[in-house]
Amino acid sequence: MAEFDWSSIPGAWPFLWAGMQTTLEITVLAVAAGIVWGTLLAIMRMSDIRLLSWFAASYVNLFRSIPLVMVLLWFFLIVPALLESLFSTPRTSDTRLSSALVAFALFEAAYYAEIIRAGIQSVSRGQSAAALALGMSQSQTMRLVILPQAVSNMVPLLLTQGIILFQDTSLVYVSSLADFFGAAYKVGDRDGRLVELLLFAGAVYFAICFSASMLVKHFQKRAGS
Amino acid sequence: MISIRNVSKHYGSFQVLSDCSTEVEKGEVIVVCGPSGSGKSTLIKCVNGLEPFQQGEIVVNGISVGDPKTKLAKLRAHVGMVFQNFELFPHMSVSDNLAIAQIKVLGRSREEAIGRGLKLLDRVGLSAQAEKYPGQLSGGQQQRVAIARALAMDPICMLFDEPTSALDPEMVKEVLDVMVDLAQEGMTMMVVSHEMGFARRVAHRVIFMDQGRIVEDAPKEEFFGQPRSERAQQFLSKILQH
Ligand SMILES: Nc1ncnc2c1ncn2[C@@H]1O[C@H](COP(=O)(O)OP(=O)(O)OP(=O)(O)O)[C@@H](O)[C@H]1O
Ligand SMILES: [Mg+2]
Repeated sequence: MAEFDWSSIPGAWPFLWAGMQTTLEITVLAVAAGIVWGTLLAIMRMSDIRLLSWFAASYVNLFRSIPLVMVLLWFFLIVPALLESLFSTPRTSDTRLSSALVAFALFEAAYYAEIIRAGIQSVSRGQSAAALALGMSQSQTMRLVILPQAVSNMVPLLLTQGIILFQDTSLVYVSSLADFFGAAYKVGDRDGRLVELLLFAGAVYFAICFSASMLVKHFQKRAGS
Repeated sequence: MISIRNVSKHYGSFQVLSDCSTEVEKGEVIVVCGPSGSGKSTLIKCVNGLEPFQQGEIVVNGISVGDPKTKLAKLRAHVGMVFQNFELFPHMSVSDNLAIAQIKVLGRSREEAIGRGLKLLDRVGLSAQAEKYPGQLSGGQQQRVAIARALAMDPICMLFDEPTSALDPEMVKEVLDVMVDLAQEGMTMMVVSHEMGFARRVAHRVIFMDQGRIVEDAPKEEFFGQPRSERAQQFLSKILQH
């Protein structure tokens, strides 16, 4: 078996770091957008208005039943074409990052919606009765009383889902976008050191996700005590 | 002030309230008692529209609660309610618990709301606790804060749903004392409670419910003297043994 040769990593560091920045950018923006859209979906799903709850339930079930990589592919293929016809953007502009962001946000929102719904339902009904009895509207009750409490119950799960998303961003390789995984792959391919680079990338993903999970557990314990 | 006329409510085929009628005049204190599951909580929650009902009419201060055109939030802002489990907002300090609805619902300024809250905290003997969180208070203290929170909205009447039944026995008195004060100041009160001592001291009338019906609705002296229904007699003798 050939010796491992790690020598191509230091030289490629700026390129790898740029890839990591793309990965983090996708993760953070998709988590933020996914939480906002997921919150709206969760509220719709619990609404008395049948059409809204039906829409939210179908949305969640749909996105939870199709593979993420397929959603990504659709968005790489469909969104650029759509943007082109809508805003007549020149063909040269690179929409890969934005379509990846939209795809992740829409997909993750389905998962966030369920986490948020469970969080909202974990706040006792007595709390909303008390808020309503004080004359608050439904939306004030939600914003001022229910959500703040629900959030602290669901932060660990939201973070855990964020860690999963961080790993899933590697799927953007289907559009050959240079996220961290894509960058590592390209470097390895170029230097004929694919095995080393993929091992290295795996170790980095592991180190980041493992320590993030530990951090979440730590917060969870502190919140629980 | 509160007029309940032939109110019925059911969950599917289960009848929770059957043809309930009673009146609460301004300044009157009514105590509602009855066995578990008899519909006391449901009835009192119908008064501020927290529970919908299918038949009959409830009018509070001239406003019909069941009317779909009624702005319930506006009515509730001036109908105080105190719950068995206090239901203070655990993520807010005591002083914010008192201020939040004054600011968001009545549109008072923050200073005004905090000031009014502090006055009411003082009244229930808790001005030293203003900056604490509900979780740091005893049950009795929490319930007194909950009463102050309702009073901060300048209610025209107050509804209590078993305000002392989740409390340790040694804390019941501090809450009842606050309620007795309120009653003596002329607050209109509808109180679901098994505290017969409280009823004897300040109630004008006592209502006894059983299986969703108002079985007895009598002036206090009459109720404690000689309840007409056998169920009420049994219930009273059971309670008084404790
Ligand atoms: N959402 C619901 N669906 C079906 N039945 C219900 C519902 N809420 C309450 N009930 C039933 O209605 C009846 C009256 O309940 P309610 O809470 O008003 O009784 P209560 O007199 O306040 O009893 P307690 O002394 O235990 O508080 C009970 O038998 C209860 O099981
Ligand atoms: Mg009850």
